[in-house]
Amino acid sequence: MKHTIALIVENRPGVLVRIAGLFSRRSFNIDSLTVGATDKPDYSRMTITVEGDEEVLEQVTKQLNKLINVIRVSELAPEESVERELAIIKVAAKKEDRSEIMQIVSVFRAKIIDVSPRSIIVEVTGSEDKVEAMVRLLRQFGIKEMARTGKVSMVRGSRAVGP
Amino acid sequence: MGKMSGARAILECLKLEGVEIIFGLPGGVLLPLYDAIYDSDIRHILVRHEQAAAHAADGYARATGRVGVCLATSGPGATNLVTGIATAYMDSVPLVAMTGQVPTSLIGKDAFQEADITGITMPVTKHSYLVRDAKDIPRVFREAFYIARTGRPGPVLIDLPKDVTVNELDFKYPEISLPGYNPNLKVHGLQIKRAAQALMEAERPVIYVGGGVKYSDGHRELLELAEKIKAPVTTTLMGIGCFPEDHPLSLGMLGMHGTKYANYAIQEADLILGVGARFDDRVTGKIASFAPQARIVHVDVDPAEIGKNVRVDIPVVGDAKSALAELAKAVEPKAWSPWNDKVAGWKSDHPLDYAKGGDTIRPQVVLETICRLCPDAVIVTEVGQNQMWAAQFFTHKDPKHFISSGGLGTMGYGFPAAIGAKLGCPEKEVFDIAGDGSFQMNIQELATAVINEVAVKVIVLNNGVLGMVRQWQDLFYEKRFSGTTLTRIPDFVKVAEAYGALGLRATKPSELEGVLAEAIASDGPTVVDIIISPDEKVSPMVPAGASLSEIMELVGSSSDEEASPMVSLGASKSEIFELEG
Repeated sequence: MKHTIALIVENRPGVLVRIAGLFSRRSFNIDSLTVGATDKPDYSRMTITVEGDEEVLEQVTKQLNKLINVIRVSELAPEESVERELAIIKVAAKKEDRSEIMQIVSVFRAKIIDVSPRSIIVEVTGSEDKVEAMVRLLRQFGIKEMARTGKVSMVRGSRAVGP
Repeated sequence: MGKMSGARAILECLKLEGVEIIFGLPGGVLLPLYDAIYDSDIRHILVRHEQAAAHAADGYARATGRVGVCLATSGPGATNLVTGIATAYMDSVPLVAMTGQVPTSLIGKDAFQEADITGITMPVTKHSYLVRDAKDIPRVFREAFYIARTGRPGPVLIDLPKDVTVNELDFKYPEISLPGYNPNLKVHGLQIKRAAQALMEAERPVIYVGGGVKYSDGHRELLELAEKIKAPVTTTLMGIGCFPEDHPLSLGMLGMHGTKYANYAIQEADLILGVGARFDDRVTGKIASFAPQARIVHVDVDPAEIGKNVRVDIPVVGDAKSALAELAKAVEPKAWSPWNDKVAGWKSDHPLDYAKGGDTIRPQVVLETICRLCPDAVIVTEVGQNQMWAAQFFTHKDPKHFISSGGLGTMGYGFPAAIGAKLGCPEKEVFDIAGDGSFQMNIQELATAVINEVAVKVIVLNNGVLGMVRQWQDLFYEKRFSGTTLTRIPDFVKVAEAYGALGLRATKPSELEGVLAEAIASDGPTVVDIIISPDEKVSPMVPAGASLSEIMELVGSSSDEEASPMVSLGASKSEIFELEG
């Protein structure tokens, strides 16, 4: 089972290594990990997706809490949170395929952000499932390159996981 | 306090933290710091190998309850500390390790004697710092000492680039601000109530305590609770001494080489109160069959330990001492019960035993004799058979009087740790119970002991082999003694004398007591070479991965008369191999 954990960490050198090291040392599986700024420059926010049962989740949470640079650890239950991922995908676009690609882009409310004679770069934002679906559809034309951000997630309503 | 160099600021911090002694060995990048040490009141003990600096600081910390401090130069000096830091980490010992580092401008350039020591030690430190700016020194040191000694104690490493120790700063010792570190010491009232109720309902309770009780200084509260509800008490290797072993409720140590009665009690218990212990594999044996009938109450200051290895029915997060005090208040007195009678029966039917008589000295008798001659001694051990005999055959009564590398099992730990313990407690008699294998791993510290007049008594149980591994080869590998025969043991008496220490030897049982008395009477470092048989075994024993119920007696098995223990266990060899892990 997949779990999403939001972390508030001190923005210092070496913090990412400590967290990544903890996961490998204790044999926890990371599916994805994102890091970005918060509105306070001293702190960063991470979203980590881990694979495992409830016991694994409990150990991950407790071990993360032991790290001195970790300020907050919060599990984000899927039904109570919104999640987004962004992907940019370079698709091979022969003349005869272009219109179909553009149709798919429009159905997914994605965007074309670069066009060249033989390829198109598509930007798509949404849940992991939506991004997956888009990738599947574009695969028939030939995906030349893809960059995905990994998931970011936030709890719905007024409860906040902040620094 | 005005402007000062980073090096002077470091010594100022150490003074403010109450540090009286540091163990170290200098090097190029530490020149500015050692220059400042030259003028300082802090006592510096020059070791002969950095590993010993870490172990000595660790032994000092365990014997005194204070934070131990060690110091090594960049590169190889720092990497030589790693085993000592890992040893302290596994046993939750408060330690601050300072390492020199190449100047900040050279970091990452593979400079001479550069090693990424914060990276290397990340998995074995509670926290670590690479100080990049001299002005951070006061904050870093304040935090490091606070983190090392609070909550679940542990080692903290501070890496100090050379330029940081030269540059000037305005010294001000700051308040601690660590938003991500809140050691949870206060116990939850409701959980205490639930735990107390479980203790009252239990008919067959056992209290199982580990090093957490030692570090929180909770042994008096433990005694009060155990006596009030008449609960038998067993300790882990790390918990030895937290409960007086001559007490009628004492079960001694449990686990792989624990007493039969402790292991039987655990397997029959209907409630286990684990305090400051982590249910590790050497204690539980096969986890699926550990304490099959018991509800488990687990008290630990580290929430991550609760539920890590066993399922816990009632978790209590908090300091062991306050939890035990609260529990002792919350329970009603109980009378001596049929359970107590049953446990007492096991105790008298299955005492720790060994083969007696013969022409060779029995290691168990060595420990019993030391205990008789010097019952208040601090016993430090190496690792292996010597360690287990020291745990089993000395009657331990004081929590700070048994010092041993439990988690990491570091051979070579005992002698430098004993030096640290003796420097911390000069008024106490300190023994290092050693084997000839372990003692040779840090034997160079005889120089440190002699020069600094540290009157440690090293008792070498000399069997000429790596005894514990050999014991397993004897039992499980058809006596194929691969790599465990040390072939030619140096003459330890001559080695001791070469360093300027007193060397003594006992080869016959009749010589033992006289030689030990002479060692105790000596006021300098002393090595006692005691010749024992390589076939002596640590008994009883739960094979790795077997259930505690399968504990077996090995007394007399060296004479080949007994059936193979594997047969009596009903376990196949491949199963045992698989479980040794």
